[in-house]
Amino acid sequence: MSNPHKFSVSMRLFHWAMAALVISMLAAGLLMVRSLEPWQLSILTVHKAFGVVAAVLVIARLVNRLFHEIPALPGDLSSLQKFVAKASHWLLYLLLFAMPISGYLMQYFAGRPIDVFGWFRLPAVLTVDIENYAVFRELHGWLAMALMALVALHVAAALHHHFIRKDKVLRSML
Amino acid sequence: MKNRYWVLLLAPMVSAAAQEPPKVTAQQFVNLQQGEAAHEGFRRAHAKGICVTGEFRSNGQLATYSEAALFEQGVTPFIGRFSVAGNNPTAPDLKAPVRSLALSFAMSSTEQWRIAMNTPPVMAVKDPHTFYQQIQAIQAGPKAIQAFFAEHPESSDFLSWKAQYQPTGSFAAETYNSINAFYLINSEGNEQAVRWAMQPKVFVPADNLEGVDALHQEITNRVVKEDIVFDWMFTLANEEDDENNPAKAWPDSREQITAGQVVITAVTPQLQGECHGINYDPLVLPTGIEATRDPILRARSAAYAESYRRRAKEALMGELEGQGNE
Ligand code: HEM
Ligand code: HEM
Repeated sequence: MSNPHKFSVSMRLFHWAMAALVISMLAAGLLMVRSLEPWQLSILTVHKAFGVVAAVLVIARLVNRLFHEIPALPGDLSSLQKFVAKASHWLLYLLLFAMPISGYLMQYFAGRPIDVFGWFRLPAVLTVDIENYAVFRELHGWLAMALMALVALHVAAALHHHFIRKDKVLRSML
Repeated sequence: MKNRYWVLLLAPMVSAAAQEPPKVTAQQFVNLQQGEAAHEGFRRAHAKGICVTGEFRSNGQLATYSEAALFEQGVTPFIGRFSVAGNNPTAPDLKAPVRSLALSFAMSSTEQWRIAMNTPPVMAVKDPHTFYQQIQAIQAGPKAIQAFFAEHPESSDFLSWKAQYQPTGSFAAETYNSINAFYLINSEGNEQAVRWAMQPKVFVPADNLEGVDALHQEITNRVVKEDIVFDWMFTLANEEDDENNPAKAWPDSREQITAGQVVITAVTPQLQGECHGINYDPLVLPTGIEATRDPILRARSAAYAESYRRRAKEALMGELEGQGNE
């Protein structure tokens, strides 16, 4: 098996585009649920539309991943560390997928069609279901907290590899 | 004399402070509305109400102004709700200063419209942070609210409405106003700022009303005998009107168009009806209608969402067990 030193260009593009998108989405989400300012509606609209983009991107990214070899983890990691690294990556994918799905389903059950940049609208129920709304509204909030914690761990691990272990892990994504 | 000059120097700061009340969050706003002991499972505002169903019979007059499908000639059903202002689902109907009508149109899975209207035609204030202070003043009592109005000259249109307003004896006899303005957008992309009102077809004096649920009982009895009908009347702004200021009335001379009739054919206690699960957020809009920059209108979405989130979670947790509205 070949072992590339770096992630492919497409994988790096996906990674950094999604990183920027997801961090903006988290920030927008946290701001807009608190704010009563006139821009709240604008951010909310953009949050939902870009959230749909995020869902498409994460699927495209996973498909893309199937077609690419990825750099192996450094050989000196313990098997536990390797397991944690891999598990945290799959958990990140899972959360990146669950965020937009829960966001959409919350709006779906609240009977709020989603306008995507004025291009098209995603459907919503005709008869509101407040209990299902509650499930996905709370889930969206909890998953967002889990995602923030995992992103923090992920960034800390990358910096740890680079500055303390001084291996190639961070550079393989640059 | 010298002291006076110092005051002048301070004046810009003082007036800036007076114009800019402290900013509050959606959570703080809803906390204030719900009060010390929240009524779990109920709306944090307009908690007491009754579900209604019926249809909008459009005469097609507004179709040239807006693409929204329901303005074409035809009939669109709705799930609505009469309510009274306040956070207590068992409060006496006749004590509430404001009566309300909300409508939800689900034209299709991608086109829905929510509307929440009140009896006053204008707000007393024009931004949510000052509105927060107004509610604080109302809660503090008559002295505080008098002082509040004295400090807020923008309340004058609201106060002149209030001075002449006579509550009627029925939900069916009130006029319900959008207060906030919206844009109608037609297929050519032209936009027209409008406000609207639901105008009653009956007059009911407030004489023979009694009891905690007087209005709820009256409407329940009435709808068995006759449909409850309102004319849906739109007022078109012209260049002189500021569509972003909900405290300023527009002159009576503005062009008005009646888009059709809102006809209510049945009512259901709210806990049994479909309206209870709906968030009548006025920023759920169909193609052909858009929000203005009115700061009050723009504040409503986040506040309604916070209230909805709280009561949805409580509903999910089964907090409603054993509680009744009637
Ligand atoms: C990567 C994708 C997404 C991320 C990271 C994200 C993140 C967030 C965060 C952090 C919040 C605040 C949560 C809270 O305070 O409890 C939020 C709220 C919200 N999100 Fe998302 N979101 C995403 C996708 C979506 C999508 C696709 C939709 C809908 C189509 C959506 C709709 C909403 C709505 C409506 C709220 C506010 C709910 C309310 O006001 O009650 N989100 N989001
Ligand atoms: C900044 C201004 C406002 C705030 C913060 C606010 C807040 C709220 C909240 C939190 C609810 C409960 C939502 C729910 O749980 O479903 C509510 C309901 C309601 N509001 Fe407002 N509101 C504002 C302005 C207005 C205005 C201007 C009107 C009228 C034009 C209005 C009419 C109503 C009505 C009719 C309901 C009850 C709707 C129903 O039957 O479910 N509100 N409001």
